[in-house]
Amino acid sequence: MDKTIYLDNAATTKIDKEVIKAMLPYLTDQYGNPSSIYSLARESKKAIESSREEVAKAINAKPNEIYFTSGGTESDNWAIKGIAFANENKGKHIITTNIEHHAVLHTCKYLKKYGFEVTYLPVKENGIVDINELRKAIREDTILISVMFANNEIGSIQPIKEIGKIAKEKGIYFHTDAVQAVGKIPIDVNELNIDLLSLSGHKLHGPKSIGALYIKNGVKISNMLHGGGQERKMRAGTENVPSIVGLGKAIEIATENINEKNEKIIELRDILINGLLEKIPDTILNGDREKRLPGNVNVCFKYIEGESILLMLDMKGVCASSGSACTSGSLEPSHVLLALGLEHEIAHGSLRLTLSKYNTQKDVKYLLEILPEIVQKLRDMSPLINQN
Amino acid sequence: MEEYSEKVMEHFFNPRNVGEMDDADGVGEVGNPRCGDIMRMYIKVKDNKIEDIKFKTFGCGAAVATSSMVTEMVKGKTLEKALKITNMAVAKALDGLPPLKMHCSNLAEAGVKAAIQDYRKKNGKEE
Ligand code: FES
Repeated sequence: MDKTIYLDNAATTKIDKEVIKAMLPYLTDQYGNPSSIYSLARESKKAIESSREEVAKAINAKPNEIYFTSGGTESDNWAIKGIAFANENKGKHIITTNIEHHAVLHTCKYLKKYGFEVTYLPVKENGIVDINELRKAIREDTILISVMFANNEIGSIQPIKEIGKIAKEKGIYFHTDAVQAVGKIPIDVNELNIDLLSLSGHKLHGPKSIGALYIKNGVKISNMLHGGGQERKMRAGTENVPSIVGLGKAIEIATENINEKNEKIIELRDILINGLLEKIPDTILNGDREKRLPGNVNVCFKYIEGESILLMLDMKGVCASSGSACTSGSLEPSHVLLALGLEHEIAHGSLRLTLSKYNTQKDVKYLLEILPEIVQKLRDMSPLINQN
Repeated sequence: MEEYSEKVMEHFFNPRNVGEMDDADGVGEVGNPRCGDIMRMYIKVKDNKIEDIKFKTFGCGAAVATSSMVTEMVKGKTLEKALKITNMAVAKALDGLPPLKMHCSNLAEAGVKAAIQDYRKKNGKEE
């Protein structure tokens, strides 16, 4: 097999050719600094503003509620620290979950040093937050609830609408890390009562190192970067014009006919899930069967280890990922899998396959052909299975 | 992730001496406290030499490759010589391991030691 089969779209995605086409002029002739006044610069300014409109439209926000950042991590950092420091006179309590991305978890941990208290909501076995737990966790001094829209590892989609409603009733700001969700499922920040939302370009076939934070008008938040007057004086620094243009184009493409495009991806996902569960004994599906991202497959194969699976898949041209301790720099299994209540040993054999619009029936078929053999080969080597 | 040497990959894809032994003279099972991996080593001893050896490993590419390599290194050796093989020697024989993966080679060294100890215990030769 000389072709690469890319099934790691939750890590990053292939950039769309249309996106490159849109960016190209801003990498070449249209190099003006948007803050200058001559017409070359005005072209850059215009491009940024039209991209801002696209991003706003994608989540039903207003253009002046969109701030460009360097990506999901910066957006999460800004949202959480910015709300915390601007509102600490009201209280110092933050609620989040124990399956958030590290950009959220480590930011919360950092805030503890400044006297903030953080409650980490557990999730149910299916990877979804229990709304009753949220209600119980709210205190007088809670100033922020931060719950991800959909999980990056197991794809579970959180009850954002209910959380938004509760946050609004209680007058608490609600941030959602929607890096995995924007461009994958329809999002309406007004209907869902979201105050802040993080998104990223490279997860939706756009360029890397560009993202945005939606901040609802009227939300009290401190600046991210101090310096020039860019992004309405909230996030200083000369704008990354080509990438901003790329993000605008990517989000426009990703959100148009989203439901139609999802049908195809969901079909592939379900063939994959059903096929794996059917063909490989002792396989567990992680996350919720229904409330999951269209492209997410996450399973554990008992008795074997994830890095070994990835090496064997790589040999066959397949790119995937795992939550095994052996694949992480910290040698700890994925905190998300542990939050589901899985044993270390089971989390060890996890495999995540994430699909995009570029995947085909053929890819899925090929995978269902090679994976059972790989799992068998590794199980033959496993001391957890006795031959006799 | 840091890359594995060609030798590591070769041993990972074609591990030597994988399997179990019904009539083993010594069996050692060791676990890796760092990431939770497990290795089981079976030896057959004749005239104080490791006549045959088999392993089973639940772990990463480096764990499998070091298991495979250590079996090759100790096969035919006297027990005393086999006991002297260190994890560093195993890693070296594989043209090195990424720093983060050095701990996996401990499993290989410990597995052999545990199997020999088990053999000695069974034969009343424990020191
Ligand atoms: S056995 Fe876990 S990292 Fe090697």
